[in-house]
Amino acid sequence: MKVNKDANGYTFAFSIILVIVVGVILSSLSIGLGPLKKANVEVKKKMNILSALGVESTRKDGSEKYDKYITESYVISHSGNLQENLPAEKQAFSLDVQKQFRDKTVKVTDRLYPIFEAEKDGEKLFVLPVVGKGLWGPIWGFVALADDYETIVGTSFDHKGETPGLGAEISQSFFENRYNGEKIASNGTFTPISVVQNGSGSESQKVDGITGGTITSKGVERMVNETMEVYYKYFSKNK
Amino acid sequence: MSNTEEKVKAPSEPLFSKKNKRLITDPLSDNNPITIQVLGICSALAITVQVEQAFWMSISVIFVMVFGNLIVSLLRNLIPSRVRIIVQLVIVASLVIIVNESLQAFVPDVSEKLSVFVGLIITNCIIMGRFEAFAMANKAWPSILDAVGNAIGYAWILLLVALVREVLGSGKIWGASIFGNNLPGEESGLYALGYVNNNMMILPPMALIVVGIIIWVQRSMNKELVEEN
Repeated sequence: MKVNKDANGYTFAFSIILVIVVGVILSSLSIGLGPLKKANVEVKKKMNILSALGVESTRKDGSEKYDKYITESYVISHSGNLQENLPAEKQAFSLDVQKQFRDKTVKVTDRLYPIFEAEKDGEKLFVLPVVGKGLWGPIWGFVALADDYETIVGTSFDHKGETPGLGAEISQSFFENRYNGEKIASNGTFTPISVVQNGSGSESQKVDGITGGTITSKGVERMVNETMEVYYKYFSKNK
Repeated sequence: MSNTEEKVKAPSEPLFSKKNKRLITDPLSDNNPITIQVLGICSALAITVQVEQAFWMSISVIFVMVFGNLIVSLLRNLIPSRVRIIVQLVIVASLVIIVNESLQAFVPDVSEKLSVFVGLIITNCIIMGRFEAFAMANKAWPSILDAVGNAIGYAWILLLVALVREVLGSGKIWGASIFGNNLPGEESGLYALGYVNNNMMILPPMALIVVGIIIWVQRSMNKELVEEN
């Protein structure tokens, strides 16, 4: 029997079969690779936390080193108060601050902020997650504060889809290191740190941006300032 | 089907006959998808800041092209002509998702480096162009060869542009510094002598200028390619 390929019925049948076949292949692939992807994301998060502390780790030893350095973790509210008795998905490590940042139903004042306490070379450090917007999508990272609650000792930034070679450079150590030594407070009040274009980044409270990545650099500036302000509320109450 | 008739017409064509070889070699130079057909320019512009990304992009495109051309060629007699572009789009999109998922699961570091550009393979006009112009009208084996040829033709231009831009723009090859250290205050190598990286090279327009220079060189070497006007 010769099939009329121009008939509507054939076109519909072909499209339906194609969509079902493709749908089954892609969804089983996605489910099958799900656990691997999830594990990759978790290890990456641990590596980022460690990287803010200045600890080098690989995908292999990331989990192990995380357990070694991070001593305690807890969650504070937007107004800077310690939150207790939170459900499992809102505990410090499992709390998805990026999802919370995107979720328009969560008011800014209802956002939760995790704190990771770490001990490195006998010193106590605080690792604080930050989330913000870059040029193409979300950017996020971790900022490590020293025991004086105001000096930044390390940062690690990451992004979803900033332009490779331009905005994406925020995740490179040369940019992350520019934040080291900056202070988020002086004399007990919060002070913002600006990302500048004119090369005056060596002055205090200033960090050089990235050539060709201006909007991403400004995104980092906003992200760090907005989040550090919240954390400083907590620290100034609990020094 | 009339198998016997076909055999009489083409008595078992060798796998790498002259005609088949041309399918691979033509797109490398005289019919290069980027420099002659001027397709796929968007990714040539976006992904060529660093050689490593260009490399992984090329690998991904080769995969999508070869399997896409193969699938379209196998289905060519079944695809209803009125929805053929949509069908081709579904095939290329599915392959790209497969590439993206696999990268995320098995080589997460590469996936992070390529970020959004894997998704943009879907919009690479070379791929849709080959589906429509070649795979829809040819058998599986020539289609694979055509895909390999075009994908490699795309890849080598991409890598060349990336090499030029990374060397001149960042002073690196594959992320490794070649001119010495250029951190302020601790310059070494060429930087100590006053050399500075050309920051303009990492901006997108320079990719087009580099492609333009390649086109110029190619056409002055082969006058047949020059349009008479």
